[in-house]
Amino acid sequence: MGQTIIEKIIARNIGAESVKPGDIVTTSVDRVMLDDIMIPFIADKFHEMGFSKIWAPHKAVLIYDHLVPSSQIDDIRHYKAGEAFALKYGIEHVHRSDGICHQLMTEAGYVKPGDVVFGTDSHTTTYGCVGAFSTGIGYTEMAAILGTGNLWVKVPETIKIVIDGTLPDNVMSKDVILRIIGDLGADGATYRALEFAGAAVERMSVSSRMTMANMAIEAGAKCAVFTPDEKTAEYCGITLNDFQRNLIGDRDAAYCRVLTYHGEDFVPVMACPSQVDKIRSVSQLEGLPIDQVFIGSCTNGRLEDLKMAAKVLDGKSVAPFVKLIVTPASRKVYQEAAACGAIKTLVEAGAMVTHPGCGLCCGRAGGILCDGERVVATNNRNFLGRMGTSKVEIYLASPAVAAACAAAGKIVSPTI
Amino acid sequence: MEKFTGKVWVLGDDIDTDIIIPTEYLALKTIEDMKQYGFSPLRPELAGQIEKGDIIVAGKNFGCGSSREQAPEVLKALGIRCIIAKSFARIFFRNSINNGLLLMEQQDLSGHVREGEEITVVVNSHVSYNGKNYPLASLPENLVEIINAGGLVKAMRVRNGLERV
Repeated sequence: MGQTIIEKIIARNIGAESVKPGDIVTTSVDRVMLDDIMIPFIADKFHEMGFSKIWAPHKAVLIYDHLVPSSQIDDIRHYKAGEAFALKYGIEHVHRSDGICHQLMTEAGYVKPGDVVFGTDSHTTTYGCVGAFSTGIGYTEMAAILGTGNLWVKVPETIKIVIDGTLPDNVMSKDVILRIIGDLGADGATYRALEFAGAAVERMSVSSRMTMANMAIEAGAKCAVFTPDEKTAEYCGITLNDFQRNLIGDRDAAYCRVLTYHGEDFVPVMACPSQVDKIRSVSQLEGLPIDQVFIGSCTNGRLEDLKMAAKVLDGKSVAPFVKLIVTPASRKVYQEAAACGAIKTLVEAGAMVTHPGCGLCCGRAGGILCDGERVVATNNRNFLGRMGTSKVEIYLASPAVAAACAAAGKIVSPTI
Repeated sequence: MEKFTGKVWVLGDDIDTDIIIPTEYLALKTIEDMKQYGFSPLRPELAGQIEKGDIIVAGKNFGCGSSREQAPEVLKALGIRCIIAKSFARIFFRNSINNGLLLMEQQDLSGHVREGEEITVVVNSHVSYNGKNYPLASLPENLVEIINAGGLVKAMRVRNGLERV
């Protein structure tokens, strides 16, 4: 009996020949990510549990991103709690203003193919882009991992998603994952793993795969995973070992569901207010006036996203009544986008470029909106009140769509 | 078998954790400070109306979205005794169990029960409402162990010799 990618990762982690869906197993954790919102709570729980040391301080990464730069006075308390905890227990991997946690975990080399990783943020599913098993947990479980190095998991069933062929030029991986979430529904993959394969997926950059793994949680998935390849190896700065090279879903593996798509069938889409699975093609929505555009987040704030936005906006101007906010996902992305001229193009078009961080995605930074306003945004959630008041209409889209909308002042399809 | 009766608040599908406690209140110092903002994007008056021992009955995918553990903690602080929904999002489910907040899946109840009425819950067995019994599944053994220990913090205190079972 063959195995799915997630089954292979978990089996190796626990030292078993194989595992099957439904097995409850105790994993040895390879890496943990602690974010700034949760760190005071993690520290409290860790102390309440009676631990006096972290099982492996070098495996912990503390990242300030949701609250950077501070927008409320109470935010400072979170930095102080983080500093005190890191100092006391010897956490050396601390990022104070380098960018969004999920971008940094792979970009800075903390996660490798085949690793088992947990983080205190739901979008921890992102690291499946390099073939890791990663998922979000709460602060109590994080405190328990920091003390013990272990966490129990139930081996998930796997949904296989095959995308053959080639994507059209104006379609980005964001359009692909939005369509898949629409097909699965917001709870269609709850407790399950998503495994992506097919020619269109093999052609994608690691950044594009990151967008898809990031949003797997929006269909309820426990995790999402891509087979590591030469692009993954280059991105991670490693040579793949035999185990990593073999992280392929076996032909005779048991999948609870298989979805097959043809790349050519995809079109630019949007998730409409206020459900991530309410997907419409952009052509159906054309003409709706907009107030603001946000390009950024752990979903779509990478170099290829900013380059695409710059390409669409090159020589154009943001509509006079529209505010365009661009937030690079990390300092490195910011530097690279500056070096290649993308930032210059965006600024000349009228964009406001802000410091790397979660920014407007979680409604905590400059740019929050009020009742009756409409925003086109490249992040991952359009929930009520996510980016301001509860009557803001949030339309989720790719950077190409978002940039085209910013220039038009209304919803339009991008021409690439 | 544990049995209790409580007044019901009825909520729909996909009640996300941004609705249960919005991000802008997550940096408040304590759960007590946060709890007044529970459900504010959807029903701002609700947090003030919930009384100790009340029960939430909801549709599918309750607790979807962010991993914020403040969500189950806020619900517990508001006095919610348990949540019965068609299904739960997985991180919220784990967080609730780890905090000793009881969750149970039931497919039919949310379509029948009316807000403000009382239901009786017999854990791991059934819910009684309006003369009818709605079956409840049993929780897996490893989760029962965490709940019986009084939550994950207590379980770790026992492990570290600070408390006895």
